[in-house]
Amino acid sequence: MLKILKYSFFDLMRSRWSYVYFAFYLLLGIVLLFLNNDLSKAVITLMNVIIVLVPLIGTIFGVMYYYNSKEFTELLLAQPLKRSSIFLGQYLGVALSLSMSLILGLGIPFMFYGLFKSTAIWDFSLLLITGSFLTFIFTALAFNIALSNENKIKGFGYAILLWLFLAIIYDGMFLMSLILFEDYPLDTLSLVGTMLNPIDLSRTLILLKLDISALLGYTGAIFKQFFGTNFGLIVSLSTLTLWVILPVLRIIYKSKRKDF
Amino acid sequence: MRINTTYCLLSLLLLFTRFAYSGTIEVCNDCPITSLKEAIAFAKPTDTVLVKKGTYKEHSILINKPLSIIGENYPVIDGERKGEIITITSNNVTVDGLFIINVGTSYTEDYAAIRIKKSKHFTIKNNVLEKLFFGIYLEKSNYGKVIHNKIIGEAIEEYNSGNGIQLWYSNHIDIEHNYVEHVRDGIYLEFSDNCTIKNNVSTLNLRYGLHFMFSNDDVYQNNTFEKNGAGVAVMFSKKIKMLDNTFKENWGTASYGLLLKEINDAEISRNTFEENTIGINIEGSNRIIYKNNNFINNGWAVKVRGACYTNSFLENNFLYNSFDISYNSKVNDNIFDKNFWSNYTGYDLDKNGIGDVPYRPVKLFSYIVNRTPETIILLRSLFIDLIDFSEKVSPVFTPDNLLDNNPSTKKITW
Repeated sequence: MLKILKYSFFDLMRSRWSYVYFAFYLLLGIVLLFLNNDLSKAVITLMNVIIVLVPLIGTIFGVMYYYNSKEFTELLLAQPLKRSSIFLGQYLGVALSLSMSLILGLGIPFMFYGLFKSTAIWDFSLLLITGSFLTFIFTALAFNIALSNENKIKGFGYAILLWLFLAIIYDGMFLMSLILFEDYPLDTLSLVGTMLNPIDLSRTLILLKLDISALLGYTGAIFKQFFGTNFGLIVSLSTLTLWVILPVLRIIYKSKRKDF
Repeated sequence: MRINTTYCLLSLLLLFTRFAYSGTIEVCNDCPITSLKEAIAFAKPTDTVLVKKGTYKEHSILINKPLSIIGENYPVIDGERKGEIITITSNNVTVDGLFIINVGTSYTEDYAAIRIKKSKHFTIKNNVLEKLFFGIYLEKSNYGKVIHNKIIGEAIEEYNSGNGIQLWYSNHIDIEHNYVEHVRDGIYLEFSDNCTIKNNVSTLNLRYGLHFMFSNDDVYQNNTFEKNGAGVAVMFSKKIKMLDNTFKENWGTASYGLLLKEINDAEISRNTFEENTIGINIEGSNRIIYKNNNFINNGWAVKVRGACYTNSFLENNFLYNSFDISYNSKVNDNIFDKNFWSNYTGYDLDKNGIGDVPYRPVKLFSYIVNRTPETIILLRSLFIDLIDFSEKVSPVFTPDNLLDNNPSTKKITW
């Protein structure tokens, strides 16, 4: 598996898209810092971008990579290799290279700006951690979609639909259900609703570090009590981990049974 | 006639003694007079009682003649938690430089470190009050000064703690340069008109930093209210001027920078509201002018709860608040003009410093959060940004005449 991982990783490192992705984040980081002049404000803007873009790029890139390297995958399948290690190696290669582009692309300008001397370092590391989690989650989901769909167009369609659902439609439905059931106590519902969507969960985690004063209204106190404590942080991070593990398990399961 | 002459003589005599004996009485641990009570009993009106450094275990000290009680190097008056410490019932009394500790706590009486009862022209200054129930309590007393006192309480629960400086039916009082912390309400005014509250710091109090009830024509200026349980409350009062104050870090589930309830004809200018859960909470307040205030990093900069008419918000800075203005009705009779909004996304083609597109300070999301508070968890979600945008383009739920027609494109300075 490690060999395939290494191969996929270096293959992607050489590819133009990783560089574009890396350059995009580098540019974003530099522009934000020079326009804002305030590290914590830049972290907020960055969060808005990361919450939307990282899942999108993760899904599209994952699907694209799978379909593009299909011939090579078939070649590998002819070798005496475990199927799970082939697909896991490819998956980890994509996810790792994407996370690296993200971390380096954002980390370098912030480092030059004096991140280590700033108090925003924890917010920033949380941002990078959730960003990486989102990359891993959405690349895994993308591989799942690609494995289940032979048709490229269909695969891309589902991938975009998945992103659209989790990034926008889910929140709309969530909002509607909260308004619909406003006569009932909603604390648990809203907590569960947030936990179920990795994008919402990442957003809330970062928000609680930033917009604390708004969230500390009398309802915000409940969220703060949950997400703000170490217990909440551990629960959230393990939920995110679960979001990585479940799709990965399905990749293994699916790849074993698939006819090529 | 006879009586009149006697009175004349008596007053002449009094006048004579006053000039003849207006002296200083020293109190110290090894002087002839070792307690404040003795000194007061011995003293004649207008005398000065000089209290030397030391500890005096006394309580229920009654000052019933015009005296100046002056402490040297902060002598400690220890009430041993037995009750009230100093009660003033005479005009023209000065209390200066005492260190008063251990006021008794009671559930039936409001024991104070210093209480002034139905007196005029008093000066309470440079005192330090610690371990107290009520600090300085003014009761139907007018024309006095409370200056440069430091009041440090240790309040934990609201029901068994008192206020730092309390005014009750007291008019024309100057409260300046005091520092109050850890009491229930830092400064509390009830039925007190024409008072001036300047340059005070009120912080870490259990409930309000400053609390107004039924008090009219007061001015408060240059004060700092920081980290109080519920911020500052101004209620049921008219014609109050609030100028140059700082309201900071009043965080909590029901915490406000400034809470206005039934306030009419007030002026709120040049204040700074920073990092409060709610900057200003307005309820049933009319004809208020908000000018040149800074709202920075608040959860809600201004929350309008209803029944607020003809208020005007002019030339304020709204910087990086999660919500600028929140409304819970569709009716708007308030004016927003020439403010600077950090969330403004319009343009200024003619470069006159005023944006060419009006700004809508009320977002649809703030309306939704008002209705269903739990939805706050969707703050900064892409979906919310989308519906906010569509509401901005064509308002349906928020008052459509609620807009700033001349949003400034530069931060306003004054």
